[in-house]
Amino acid sequence: MSAPLLPALLGRFRWDALPFVRAWENPNANELIAAGAGALVVAGALFMVVLITRLGRWRWLWTEWLTSLDHKKIGIMYIVIALVMLARALIEANLMRLQQAVAIGNPGLVAPEHFAELFSTHGSIMIFFMAMPFLTGLINYLVPLQIGARDVAYPLLNAIGLWLTAAGAGLMMAPLVIGRFSTGGWSGYPPFTEIGFNPGVGPDYWIWAITLGSIASTLAGINIAVTIYKMRCPGMTLMRMPLFAWTSLCTAILMIFAMPPLTVATALLALDRYLDFHFFTNALGGNMMHYANLFWMFGHPEVYIVILPAFGIYSEVVSTFSSKELYGYNSLVIATMAIAVLSFTVWLHHFFTMGQSPSLNAVFGIATMAIGVPTGVKIYNWIWTMFRGEVRFTTPMCYALAFMMTFVLGGLTGIILAFPPLDYIVHNTLFLVAHFHNMLISGTLYGLLAAYTFWFPKAFGFRLDERWGKISCACWVIGFYLAFMPLYVLGAAGMARRTPAVMETAYRPWLYAAEVGALVLFCGFVALLVQLWVSLRNRAATRVFAGDPWDGRALEWSIAAPPPEYNFARLPQVDQRHWFFDAKRKGAPYAPPARYEDIQMPKNSAVAPIIGIASTAAGFALVWHMWWLAILGVLAVVATVITRSFARDTHRLIPASAVERMERTWLDAVARARPIPREMETTPANAGLAEVHP
Amino acid sequence: MKRSGEGARAVRPGAALLGLPLLLGGCEALKLGVVNHAGPVAADQWHLFLQLALVLIFVAGPVFILVPLFAWHYRLSNRDDAYRPNWGFSWPLELLIWIPPAAIVIGLGVLLWNATHRLDPYRPLASNQPPLEVQVVALDWKWLFIYPKEGIATVNRLAIPVGRPVHLSLTSGTVMQSLLIPQLAGQIYAMAGMRTHLHLAASRAGVFRGQNTQFNGKGFQNQKFDVVALPPADYRRWLGQVRAVRRPLDDKTLAAITARSIAPQPALFSSVPPGLFEHLMIASTQGQAH
Amino acid sequence: MTAGETKHPGLNLGSTDAQAHEAAGSALFGFWAFLMSDAVIFALLFATYGVMLPATAGGPTPASEYKIGPTFLETLVLLTSSLTYGLASIAMKHGAAQASIQTWLGLTLALGLLFLGLELHDFAGMIAHGATPMRSGFLSAFFALVPLHGLHVLAGSLWIVVMMAQLRIIGLDARVKINLLRLGLFWHFLDIIWIAIFSTVYLPGLIP
Repeated sequence: MSAPLLPALLGRFRWDALPFVRAWENPNANELIAAGAGALVVAGALFMVVLITRLGRWRWLWTEWLTSLDHKKIGIMYIVIALVMLARALIEANLMRLQQAVAIGNPGLVAPEHFAELFSTHGSIMIFFMAMPFLTGLINYLVPLQIGARDVAYPLLNAIGLWLTAAGAGLMMAPLVIGRFSTGGWSGYPPFTEIGFNPGVGPDYWIWAITLGSIASTLAGINIAVTIYKMRCPGMTLMRMPLFAWTSLCTAILMIFAMPPLTVATALLALDRYLDFHFFTNALGGNMMHYANLFWMFGHPEVYIVILPAFGIYSEVVSTFSSKELYGYNSLVIATMAIAVLSFTVWLHHFFTMGQSPSLNAVFGIATMAIGVPTGVKIYNWIWTMFRGEVRFTTPMCYALAFMMTFVLGGLTGIILAFPPLDYIVHNTLFLVAHFHNMLISGTLYGLLAAYTFWFPKAFGFRLDERWGKISCACWVIGFYLAFMPLYVLGAAGMARRTPAVMETAYRPWLYAAEVGALVLFCGFVALLVQLWVSLRNRAATRVFAGDPWDGRALEWSIAAPPPEYNFARLPQVDQRHWFFDAKRKGAPYAPPARYEDIQMPKNSAVAPIIGIASTAAGFALVWHMWWLAILGVLAVVATVITRSFARDTHRLIPASAVERMERTWLDAVARARPIPREMETTPANAGLAEVHP
Repeated sequence: MKRSGEGARAVRPGAALLGLPLLLGGCEALKLGVVNHAGPVAADQWHLFLQLALVLIFVAGPVFILVPLFAWHYRLSNRDDAYRPNWGFSWPLELLIWIPPAAIVIGLGVLLWNATHRLDPYRPLASNQPPLEVQVVALDWKWLFIYPKEGIATVNRLAIPVGRPVHLSLTSGTVMQSLLIPQLAGQIYAMAGMRTHLHLAASRAGVFRGQNTQFNGKGFQNQKFDVVALPPADYRRWLGQVRAVRRPLDDKTLAAITARSIAPQPALFSSVPPGLFEHLMIASTQGQAH
Repeated sequence: MTAGETKHPGLNLGSTDAQAHEAAGSALFGFWAFLMSDAVIFALLFATYGVMLPATAGGPTPASEYKIGPTFLETLVLLTSSLTYGLASIAMKHGAAQASIQTWLGLTLALGLLFLGLELHDFAGMIAHGATPMRSGFLSAFFALVPLHGLHVLAGSLWIVVMMAQLRIIGLDARVKINLLRLGLFWHFLDIIWIAIFSTVYLPGLIP
């Protein structure tokens, strides 16, 4: 079993790379769990294939979704990837919590290296294949609508970004079935991940999955930034954009400049592993400290990449559900820009303990605290937005309120970590784990879920069930506190992160509490699924085709729900920040254009799926040293790009008559709809037309 | 803290209140950390934490009060409030939002600058005794402590005299690791081919837990060691005991302990070859080609 | 100059082809963003080179490996190729005969390939006497930075071939024009990177 099969063809693949074979040969709990996870992936994939075949939906899937260049559909597909990956990483989180709760003074359920795979995949997925796709999807969906554009600047590049993300996600899923994942954590620190200490396929899976995700994010960043700079509708100056568009712009800029360091870090690590270079090895002048610099030059801005869009979301949510203008728009914009710039100046705080001079540590510590100022300003902006408003405790608003309270706690522990002498004590302990989950769950995840609930009616034309939404929200909030407050204590008690087993019985009550919390968090996810199911069943009663269920402010609420492919029959002409909100008060928000015109939209293209599949193949082949397939994959990508560059027939026209037909259907529905006061916005009476008082 | 710690032992299984055992057990856990500091460095760090916590109450306080207050008072069903949908800016408020946080950060910055220099792990501790020199080599998955002046070495046991400063020089014979003794001092990385430093001291006798906190493979959870702080006389006696074991750290033993393995229990070596630390520091960058 | 004429930095088509000029605005802006991202990659590799420079591990050093003659020649070749590309751009802008654009592009391609040949010859010489990237951290950093630039030149050369084919098959439509503008930015960008390589890698390495 140890000799590779057909080395030229299958590289270093061996039968025992399959978890099923390992579980057969050695049926212990550890291997059975691995085989179970693999079986789940295979069964899930098979189930999907059978389901689509039975429903006869392959052609529909291909033409309506997979080859679509519509920014809205691409956005939704990004979010689907994110939700699938969230499910996996959440299950892993539960398994890790269970392991630590069980493994007190004994080895527990899973072997240490399996546990290491769990924390490595959990972190890598949550950052690169949950948070990033989710927010990229939201930005994709919303930004063109909010700035009054019909599309993004580069629709095809957008699809390629989606497919590269999918390719990376595929490489994250593959080791469940073939081989093993890295044990080096989401940050993959060498020399532990070097070939001398980790000769297996794990770190290679990590390298190529992350590299694909990183390239995809760079492309997404370029696309978003150009869309916002160049495609705003007439009158939409930068300072009239909704705040979500602003935070998207800052995120895009961060992506353009912060993803390259990650690409460099993983590429140099790959050179070390594949070609015996010496960047981060112990031997021959390698220097692993340089990796830490490169990785965190990406890693810290990354924190703000995933958190700034959430700040934009909260701005929209708090303002909408307080029926009030956002307090301090200008200072929010300034604070956002300040955070984006400052995020590049603090990376060293991730390794205060590497032995540099105290002055250097202090400078970076102070810079870190300085970020707290604009962040604090934002919190106060939202607080003063509620002031003299009419606050409704809808699900998105509950997330926003939970965020404000919880995020501040995370900020406090962040300041503790920014103090190098205190960081020395809690660095690499569960205190740190608790801190960044405190920031990312309340900051990013609550924001994403708030956005999901808030904009779902816009994207699908019906509202989500409010009761299950609140149950889910309660689970995410209570679960968070139960799961992570104990980790602060454990960290202060010196419990190292990434520990597969502990010897100290004194940790037990806290580990039990954290385990319960993890279960509650998982219930939050289940409640989301139930909510989706219930809402789908009741969708006839909750349709909001008229498009404006929450008395929204920005342009996306001024069109039908779901929006037509071309978004706007006539590009809006705005003359102020809350043009739509104001137009509703002045009485003519839905005035049809004098004359409908033909609209040009990009045709579907198979280029992106081909590139996605070819890069998955290339990445997979590189992991397994199947050189022929790697070369083939790369050549396929290059050939596809070149062939596409010759294509000229890339657009199609939506005739004016079709546009008029669709617009009239919608305007008729608007005319028929009953305006709904805010008290009734979560009742079936809400058909998407807001009652306004001038 | 102490009282509740004693209480924890009294808690019987099936206690009526779910929260109580948590709370009491929790204090037991905290005893392993910096709260229960046993040396001047950790004590200083703990006091710094308390100072900071005091300031942070004032940072977070307004948010914790205003968020629920405003959200509830300005709820839709409350008709007693003045609704001002188009109000979105005020200069006095703006100054109130920006200036106090900035001022707090500036104040904390001063505190941070001083504390970082005062608690620099490279800074020798003030004392009238010369520091005890210990050289630490991080291995997979154990710690080797070399006492160069005393000519002895141990694995996974660091004995130090109470009251005398200790100077640890660290390197790694393998991947990067991080040495942390929560009750005595903060941590510092140990890296192959490089030398880092950590100064600490114990102010009372006792056994304190030390560990590697940087994941380094399947023996990671077992890479713990005891720091045994002994009164000076006991420490001298301990030195004598180690010399008496008559077990030199020869090449064969060295090969065994540098191999990837878990040390089931601490080991003592009565003599070490001179320059072993420097040798291991260089060897780690040459022995393994990768 | 009106605002319309300065839609983007680079060779503007405003006076000769208003429609392509309009479309070039966002097309080139995005490409600039991409180049900035790429520039960050090079900046980090330069930083890596700086960090790794002393890590010769007892092996070859800059002074023993770098040769001023060939690298100076490479510099001249690459700079000249930028000139010829510039002439291709001007020919395109002013609607010159396709043959003249093709000629300038062909000349650029030839110079690019000559540069690559010279560079590969240098590398082969280094590797022949043991200065391989596997030898030391310093050489790893060198072989990540300089050949990555070479790889860019190779990609640029391939791009020139594609553009020459498109010119022949499709002619000079707006998209070809925009892609020639993008390629121009890319080609000149490579020049700038090379100048940085020549002046921060080769020149200091030759000063003992």
